[in-house]
Amino acid sequence: MTSLEGIQAAAFPFHGNVRPILNEVTHALDRLLETGEATVIDLAGLPFGPGELEYLEASLGTGELSATLDALGTSCIRETAFPGVWWLEHRNALDEVVGRYLEITRTPEILSSQEADIVAGRARLGDQLGN
Amino acid sequence: MKRTPTVGEVLQAKGVSRRGFLKYCATTASILALPPSMIPRIAEAIENARRPSVIWLSFQECTGCTESLTRSASPTVEGLIFDAISLDYHHTLQAAAGDQAEAARHAAMEENDGGYLVLVDGSIPLGNPGFSTIAGISNVDMLKETVAGAAAVVSIGSCAAFGGIPGADPNPTGAVSVGELVTDKPVINVPGCPPIPMVMTAVLTQFLTFGTLPELDKLGRPLAFYGKTIHDRCYRRPFYEQGKFAESFDDKGAKAGWCLFKLGCKGPMTYNACATTKWNSGTSFPIESGHPCLGCSEPGFWDLGGFYEPLSTGNFDSGEKLAGAAVAGVALGVAAAAAGRRRQAKFTKEG
Repeated sequence: MTSLEGIQAAAFPFHGNVRPILNEVTHALDRLLETGEATVIDLAGLPFGPGELEYLEASLGTGELSATLDALGTSCIRETAFPGVWWLEHRNALDEVVGRYLEITRTPEILSSQEADIVAGRARLGDQLGN
Repeated sequence: MKRTPTVGEVLQAKGVSRRGFLKYCATTASILALPPSMIPRIAEAIENARRPSVIWLSFQECTGCTESLTRSASPTVEGLIFDAISLDYHHTLQAAAGDQAEAARHAAMEENDGGYLVLVDGSIPLGNPGFSTIAGISNVDMLKETVAGAAAVVSIGSCAAFGGIPGADPNPTGAVSVGELVTDKPVINVPGCPPIPMVMTAVLTQFLTFGTLPELDKLGRPLAFYGKTIHDRCYRRPFYEQGKFAESFDDKGAKAGWCLFKLGCKGPMTYNACATTKWNSGTSFPIESGHPCLGCSEPGFWDLGGFYEPLSTGNFDSGEKLAGAAVAGVALGVAAAAAGRRRQAKFTKEG
């Protein structure tokens, strides 16, 4: 699947809660391209019937890049088949899902090295070198 | 007041990276039903937030609310207790008992005078103080003594918020809600039988994060979670709009997952977040399991008529008329919600 146009109305089974989200994603992509503004969609706040969340995930597919974050439990950050559309799933230490998001952005913020961590890491490296 | 560490300090001491902290903030935004754009502000607030002291009182209750809280996945109850709040008194969860437990309650009240939160589950019997006591203290006396120095009181569950099952007709113990006894402190109602774990933790998180109490509806419930009806956010709503209803629990409509309105679903008059937040780490909620909503977060839900009686009873005398009207779904929704509100108003007035 290479374009959102390829997803036909007939391909939306269940209760009709997936298509509006994909439409929202297209609007967010337009905004990203036109103004550079990123969008985050919190999937926890939206109604899904049985199987619809899985259907949404399958509709978006898997892209070229995925990363795993190991902090307060595992997180999966994966670009979907649609560049600029990222699927983020946060899990806690018990491996329970605590948050699912769609980020429409060039790079999710959580992938960037954070200033505070860089400072702490620099200090650790200095200690190791005895500086 | 003793100096308590900030949440940022607690997480830093545990070796949590900034990325981990951002993840924590993202899930916090979810819990508070705030847009993800608020994450930077939440991060700033949490870094400097001090863990509030919390005293949990259990009166005429079944411990279902605590059971629910311990199922909270985000944050886990362990995470909440050790990182975000200082839970200084809770019968079921604390190791101390008897005099030691009461000493812990008094110590928390003295050390945090004016700044602690009191969480209450269960209703309070006024019929006879001996109906429910803790360490020889009646529920009403313990409540009044404990809330005297509190910043706010949170009524956890429908019993504490509205009297609940102990207060159901004929109310043999003279059970009343917290709000009927505490009139000089902010009281936040978090009803449900039990409430959704995340809704309970959200109220605590809001207080922790911003030092404020959530915006409330006219029944004292946080609007972020009780601002919309179950019906508004139900994934089966499209079937309601199409006039497709289950007529019995094993018919074609039930198997196809059609709307449960005719089986007594109280979704149109029930304000709660079950349809989106769901239960058991987001696995499901009653309607998704094929059962109508009972309306457990509404006042007097136990006495509001049969659980399996359609809200429209009295307004529609046949299934055909009901289905016909439901084609114009929204109109019926308004009628059903109005019928529900009428019953609720009647109950509230009589109750």
